[in-house]
Amino acid sequence: MTVFQLRDFAYYTVQPFQLQLQAGETISLFGPSGSGKTLLLRALCDLDSHEGELLLNGLHYHDCEPHLWRRQIGFLPSESSWWFPTVGEHFSSCDKNRLHRLGFSDHTLTWDIHRLSAGEKQRLGLLRLLENSPRVLLLDEPTANLDQDNRQLVEGLLNDWGSETGGVKIWVTHDRSQRWRVATRHFDIVDNQIREISL
Amino acid sequence: MTVLALSPTDLALAGVLVLLLALLAFRLRVGMAGQILIAAARATVQLLLVGLVLKALFAHVQLIWIILIALFMLLVGAREVRQRQQRTFRGHWGYSIGATAMLLPAFSLTAIALTLMIGTDPWYEPQYAIPLLGMLLGNTMSGIAIGMDRFTQTVWQQRAIVETKLTLGATGGEAVQEARRDSARSGFIPIINAMSVAGLVVLPGMMTGQILAGSPPLEAVKYQILIFFLIACSAGFGTIAAVWVASKRLFDERQRLRLDRLRPPPPRKK
Repeated sequence: MTVFQLRDFAYYTVQPFQLQLQAGETISLFGPSGSGKTLLLRALCDLDSHEGELLLNGLHYHDCEPHLWRRQIGFLPSESSWWFPTVGEHFSSCDKNRLHRLGFSDHTLTWDIHRLSAGEKQRLGLLRLLENSPRVLLLDEPTANLDQDNRQLVEGLLNDWGSETGGVKIWVTHDRSQRWRVATRHFDIVDNQIREISL
Repeated sequence: MTVLALSPTDLALAGVLVLLLALLAFRLRVGMAGQILIAAARATVQLLLVGLVLKALFAHVQLIWIILIALFMLLVGAREVRQRQQRTFRGHWGYSIGATAMLLPAFSLTAIALTLMIGTDPWYEPQYAIPLLGMLLGNTMSGIAIGMDRFTQTVWQQRAIVETKLTLGATGGEAVQEARRDSARSGFIPIINAMSVAGLVVLPGMMTGQILAGSPPLEAVKYQILIFFLIACSAGFGTIAAVWVASKRLFDERQRLRLDRLRPPPPRKK
């Protein structure tokens, strides 16, 4: 079943392309710095303008209120922002299971946001995003600041999320072995074109 | 009791004092000597012109002239609002948000005060209408300038936070709610401060003027209270309207944050 579909999708300087993601599928995306990986993710969740059509379970993005679209097309930026004094205030009802799975305790919710490391922000940002129960995850180097153990925790959690919910992922990464581990199809942005490649 | 008239010599004497101040600033390298002199000269010329205009206006009371002068005051005020912004909106929005937010409360409150409260005859009697409108426009202008400047600066600086809120499913309005509230509040502060210390530290300018001109103190006080209330409402409504319209304008129909609709600040002078 097709969950997320791009028809003649064009943005920034990138040429129009087609893409279909089936339930539970993950694709990896790579391109040199400045090639427009982050801009693609921003355009997909409608933070930036774009051309072509986007469909989620057959629903055209234009028939969906923008804020409701973004709840379903969850974009995880490479650096997450925090604005309340403590971590817990950013969650409405934090899933304790997932919190523990990523190596945190209940006590984490009382932490001051200024003491969070880059890696902690990245993992907590993912948990905050999952709270909206998105259907699509747009992940911008979600493990870039993590050590090997935490990287495995995040990869495991996201893998289970895909098989449990049938949600799909577009995973931007520079790590060749990670592409192999997390995704079944792989795309590169080269010369303003998005091409499927085989690893 | 009538006003004791000032002779040109009296004014020249005060002008010499300003020259001495500029000289001192120059010697101490405070760096404002030129600006002090230019501002003093501007005030002199502008006020003399206004005096002549008002003199002519009082002699020939005609609605059309009053409307023209009021529009001129509004346009200059809108330009001033724009000048006081670090980041202004591109296109006509840079003027029109401030102008509309000044126009509606200041003009309607002036009209209400003239007809319902003061009861002038005719209602546009320039001796009352022009100073009243000027006070309302001036204070509304300050509130709008402060509020909008604060708002666009805050959103610019908190871009990452605002966009994160959008990605988490907030509407544009929800994403800038805090900034909007804080900015509107900052536009209220000058008039709240003025009302709080009124009469304790300084006598408000208009009341001082009336007393100097020979009005009984209690009459002057009543007018000052009326003016304070009108200013508070005009500046308050104007600031809220300006900040709200600005917050709408910063997002497009797909609730994308459109900071590209703001012009970058002018380069800082040394």
